[in-house]
Amino acid sequence: MNTNDPGWQESVYQLFKQHNIRQVIYVPDAGHAPLIDRCLEDPQIKAGPLTNEFEGPGMCAGAWLGGERSVLLMQSSGVGNIINALGLVRHCTIPFLTLVTMRGEWGEFNPWQLHMGQSTTTTLEASGVVCNRADSAEDVAPVVESSINLAFHSYAQVAVIISQRVMGTKVFE
Amino acid sequence: MDLTNGPYRRRGGAMTTPRLERRAAIVELLENRGDLLIVAGLGSAIWDVESAGDHPLNFHILGAMGSIVPTALGLAIAQPTRRVLAVTGDAEILMGFGTVPTTAVRKPENLTIVVIDNGRFGETGSQLSHTGAGVDIAGMATAAGFSSVTTVTDQKDLADARNVIQNGAGPSMIVLKVDAHMPKVVMPARDGAWLKHRFRNSLLGEDAAKE
Ligand SMILES: Cc1ncc(C[n+]2csc(CCOP(=O)(O)OP(=O)(O)O)c2C)c(N)n1
Repeated sequence: MNTNDPGWQESVYQLFKQHNIRQVIYVPDAGHAPLIDRCLEDPQIKAGPLTNEFEGPGMCAGAWLGGERSVLLMQSSGVGNIINALGLVRHCTIPFLTLVTMRGEWGEFNPWQLHMGQSTTTTLEASGVVCNRADSAEDVAPVVESSINLAFHSYAQVAVIISQRVMGTKVFE
Repeated sequence: MDLTNGPYRRRGGAMTTPRLERRAAIVELLENRGDLLIVAGLGSAIWDVESAGDHPLNFHILGAMGSIVPTALGLAIAQPTRRVLAVTGDAEILMGFGTVPTTAVRKPENLTIVVIDNGRFGETGSQLSHTGAGVDIAGMATAAGFSSVTTVTDQKDLADARNVIQNGAGPSMIVLKVDAHMPKVVMPARDGAWLKHRFRNSLLGEDAAKE
């Protein structure tokens, strides 16, 4: 990455601003870290952590009932935690957007990540969530923007799958 | 360790504290509810809320067990000038109890959670639940840092509880200790998309459907 490049997380933050995202909730992943920091610094965005990604669909539903757009940030292992809760946004046709940073694929070092990493998209699709994948850093902003539109204009449940290739493989040293 | 399945084999169980009748308690709590925003959930909390009267600002969740408090929290954050009430059962809230610390750290002053605690998985045949075996939801909410936590065992304390819902500085939790009797089902509209539109229409105005 060149040093003047603010990074995909900054572009995503700018998209959140442009598209009036007012609530951001997360169980942190290192890939989302700069985006989480930007959201926490911004008084216009109400951001906070969850104990479990399972809380995400409910909070997004509540935000929408109250007239606000929200986004859930999580890593791929969190997808396994939200399946039943997705019934809420799906049955009620509530716009739902999650940005999923992938583990368990591109050169993964931790074998425990493969279980959810290799079933993230299948599981989400089986649950009626549209999955839009970004395989490079340049892809992330356009895929996020089109997914914001799909979720909030077409009342869809959408996941942006951000490849592990975008973050680089985590190494434990 | 209890190798006999302990209390779970017993449906009855001695009542150590006086207990409220759930339906009468909820009806009394919702008297003059005004423009309170209510999220109610499975198992049987919905039937009690519905028996207090249908209202466009009621949103009922008949699935996604564990989602009542998260939904009420997202709503309370979106609508800080309105009072928000979650009505749920002891097993429903325990399915995703992490939502209690999540709520505590967000500090929504306008949110109250009412837990109808019958010590049972009422809706599924009244099996003894964790609270029935001694788990103290109010104690856990206190430990999480809720601003106000009240356990109500007596009808005469319901007026104070109603005041907490309408005026208290939340996040507040009210645990209603109710007996195990299951009143008749009072079924609300079950179509969540319809409930959502009706709720948003009433809260945000007709243009909400055009967003
Ligand atoms: C994920 C999931 N597991 C199990 C059930 C079945 N179920 C429906 S209601 C209920 C128990 C509800 O008990 P509680 O919240 O205490 O309410 P009560 O009916 O006792 O008032 C269960 C286990 C379900 N709906 N969803």
